[in-house]
Amino acid sequence: MSGRAPRVGVVTFPGSLDDRDAQRAVTLMGGDAVALWHADHDLQGVDAVVLPGGFSYGDYLRAGAIAARAPIMGEVVTFAGRGGPVLGICNGFQILCEAGLLPGALIRNASLRFICRDIWLRVETTQSVVTRGLAPGETLEIPMKHGEGQWVATSEQLARVEGEGLVAFRYASRGGLVDDSTNPNGATNNIAGVRSEAGNVVGLMPHPEHAVDPDVGPTGGQALLASLLEAALEGAHA
Amino acid sequence: MTTFTFEVLVSLKPGLSDPAGKAVESALPALGWTNVTHVRVGKHIRLDVDAPDEASARTQVDDMAERLLSNPVIEDVQVLEVAAK
Repeated sequence: MSGRAPRVGVVTFPGSLDDRDAQRAVTLMGGDAVALWHADHDLQGVDAVVLPGGFSYGDYLRAGAIAARAPIMGEVVTFAGRGGPVLGICNGFQILCEAGLLPGALIRNASLRFICRDIWLRVETTQSVVTRGLAPGETLEIPMKHGEGQWVATSEQLARVEGEGLVAFRYASRGGLVDDSTNPNGATNNIAGVRSEAGNVVGLMPHPEHAVDPDVGPTGGQALLASLLEAALEGAHA
Repeated sequence: MTTFTFEVLVSLKPGLSDPAGKAVESALPALGWTNVTHVRVGKHIRLDVDAPDEASARTQVDDMAERLLSNPVIEDVQVLEVAAK
């Protein structure tokens, strides 16, 4: 990257947990992290937005349901509509689905258990702001930690998501095998993340922001965030 | 203005697995009920609405039920009016 560092806003909602980690990951990857507040109507001119993980509003009603109607989400929807890069991680993914920016919904893991471990993701498309620098079929090791990450959709949504290549990531083995044995939470078709039609909005349950520092674990998140920063720099959506 | 009370019942769509329902179902035999199947756990939301008339109150609650109280991707919702106060 040359010139200025891309400015990436990370929204903090009441109950967000991973906002600081997301800011740190953005910084480690060479971006300029900007803290955004749920109750504001201001994205502070950022080049990309991250909705971080956590338990916004205590998961009351449904995970992400209340946060999706927070004041700042009006600005996020407008920003996304102009092609601005938006990444939702875990609770952020749930919020994007609840806000109608991504198809489907996340329900409780089929096992009933909260699952916290490193898993492998297979990249399904390069047509997104976090996978543009990757190859289809490539696998990445990234931690997951959630109780409600089982992605489901209506049959119409599922047909569209599969038919139009909107699946961004599937739970897989290290070698890229996708089947029930590599599905940690019962997600339909092992879907771990989806993208919008334009590819500028992406959500996934696992945590790329926890996988950027080799001192503390796998580094599968680096490539995703590097792609996001690149997309942020290029975007003409200010 | 009159105050109307509603109950909104939200349940996971029939096709979707309901782990909470399954957990309850698997606990019932320990208390002697071995004859229970198809347990589903849902939500019950009660609210008061101030509106000029019942029809207007009802329309608003139907709208709330669709747009916030339930997620039509995964849930069915039913609005019941309890009483006018």
